[in-house]
Amino acid sequence: MMNEKKKKKISGIQKRNNLNFYLYISPWLIFFLVLTVYPMIKSFILAFTDSSFNGQGNFIGLENFVQAFTMDPRFWAAFKNTICYVLMYVPLSLVLSFFLGWLLSRNVKFLGFWRTVFYLPYITAGVAVTILWGWIFNGTYGVINYILSLFGIQGPNWLGDKRLALGCIVVMCLWSLGNQILIMLAGIQDIPDSYYESAKIDGASTLRQVFAITLPLSTPTIFFNLVIGVISAFQLFNQPYILTQGGPVNSTVTVAMLIFQNAFQYGKMGYASCIAWCLFIVIMIFTGIIEFTQNKWVFYDN
Amino acid sequence: MSNRRPMSKTTARRVSMTITYIILALCAVICIFPFFWMLTTAFKSTAEAYLFPPTFIPKKWLFSNFTNGLQAADFATFTKNTVFLVIINTVATVISSAFVAYGFAKFPANGSKFWYTCLMATMMLPAQVTLIPQYLLYYKMGMVDTYWPLIIPSLFGGGAYNIFLYRQFFLSLPKELNEAATIDGASSFQTFIYIMMPAVKPVSMCVGVMSLVYNWNDFYQPLIYLNSTRKFTVAIGLQFLNSSMGTTKIGQMMAVAVVMTIPVLLIFFVCQKYFVQGIKMQGIKG
Repeated sequence: MMNEKKKKKISGIQKRNNLNFYLYISPWLIFFLVLTVYPMIKSFILAFTDSSFNGQGNFIGLENFVQAFTMDPRFWAAFKNTICYVLMYVPLSLVLSFFLGWLLSRNVKFLGFWRTVFYLPYITAGVAVTILWGWIFNGTYGVINYILSLFGIQGPNWLGDKRLALGCIVVMCLWSLGNQILIMLAGIQDIPDSYYESAKIDGASTLRQVFAITLPLSTPTIFFNLVIGVISAFQLFNQPYILTQGGPVNSTVTVAMLIFQNAFQYGKMGYASCIAWCLFIVIMIFTGIIEFTQNKWVFYDN
Repeated sequence: MSNRRPMSKTTARRVSMTITYIILALCAVICIFPFFWMLTTAFKSTAEAYLFPPTFIPKKWLFSNFTNGLQAADFATFTKNTVFLVIINTVATVISSAFVAYGFAKFPANGSKFWYTCLMATMMLPAQVTLIPQYLLYYKMGMVDTYWPLIIPSLFGGGAYNIFLYRQFFLSLPKELNEAATIDGASSFQTFIYIMMPAVKPVSMCVGVMSLVYNWNDFYQPLIYLNSTRKFTVAIGLQFLNSSMGTTKIGQMMAVAVVMTIPVLLIFFVCQKYFVQGIKMQGIKG
């Protein structure tokens, strides 16, 4: 009797919890089902059709993939550029953000000032600043080439040179690294002082402390920055779209740009979906590798 | 000997700190210089902007770049549109992400773990995968070239990341807060509005300021969904101007860029505290 009553009461609370839970999450749940799950399935289906601008089209099997892999030179260029960008930007961003985050953690004076200065490029990163960088990189009148000319170096036509343009975009994106630096700083500051104190007693040098304490204990933060960095770097779009439109000679065309052009300029929704899924698979492979190797190099303190 | 050791240690420390400051200063110069360059170019005549070697301080300060540049396209309208979108999206994001996060944090329901995993998984999902069918959906509903596609994500949850931030904070609030409210006869909705929302104000400020800046800078979504010039946002308007006049009138271009960067700088300097708190909140717990 007693037991039954208890059961009933529990299930009453459970019922109310269920009701409240689904009531509160309903805005997100609707968005998730209608604008995430359904589009994912739909874009997978679209990838096997010749759908045009309104989404109508016929099933054509693997033709889109065949076309992408064998007939579209821009497809390979886009993947090559995007992967090159990821492989340049992400490691550099991790090294730089760790290094600068560590410098800031060394009880420097005017910490607030440095933090503000490093964060400014991140917060203002938009079309205005991208156009500004185009001007800075200008081959004839750009200030970078002026500075180089002071050292007697004839600067190249940065964004107009197919070997350099992608590198310029890497530099531009590294400039707005502020958020990652400050996340690193917060992570390093979370390391308990006791670790350093015992290291000091053992007479460990500053450099040794960095590699034996700061770096290993920052790996969770580095891991976080790595995953976020890889996923967002694979979607590079704004800078090449605004500055180079993919040129010169497709040297800065990225996958996100190719998807955008095919879908919204040429109206090839099917083909664009096919490229989007290729991108998704590549990102999954990369993040999969990162997740898989995680327990080899990420140290969790507990 | 025993006297010299600590001496050399403090010297070593002093040297290494000096190097630290030199590197930080160098990086600070690199961070600031482009802004300085944008500002000086904004005051230069076209002829002066194309001088080589360039001048660092304009010989003649040309204020007309600002008036001419801002009139080259309808920036008054673009600004009005952007401010409208920024305000709506910020308010909607703060309310709807807190609402959803409250559900995730306070009601242990059947399946809540599953949905939370789904929520976290969407953070890893590249936008490109869902982009085209989303566009087609909005297209079928007649919403292309309206602001709806830019507002709907804020109304419906405001993004996984913000929900995550709120949820963390709701979880840290003591259970007693809820229980006391329930005993007093408050419904869960009243508890949310009168007790929970004031309690998570720090998160709301962080989510709010980040949303302000994000929406002001956003380029990709408006580029896809807006076609008519009079509906453009500032970001699209800038690119529109850039592709039409490019480097031919770089002074005017930079003048407009300066004006359109100022609101972000203002928000940043006024609300700096909340940006810093926001960074500390995201940190490792992700």
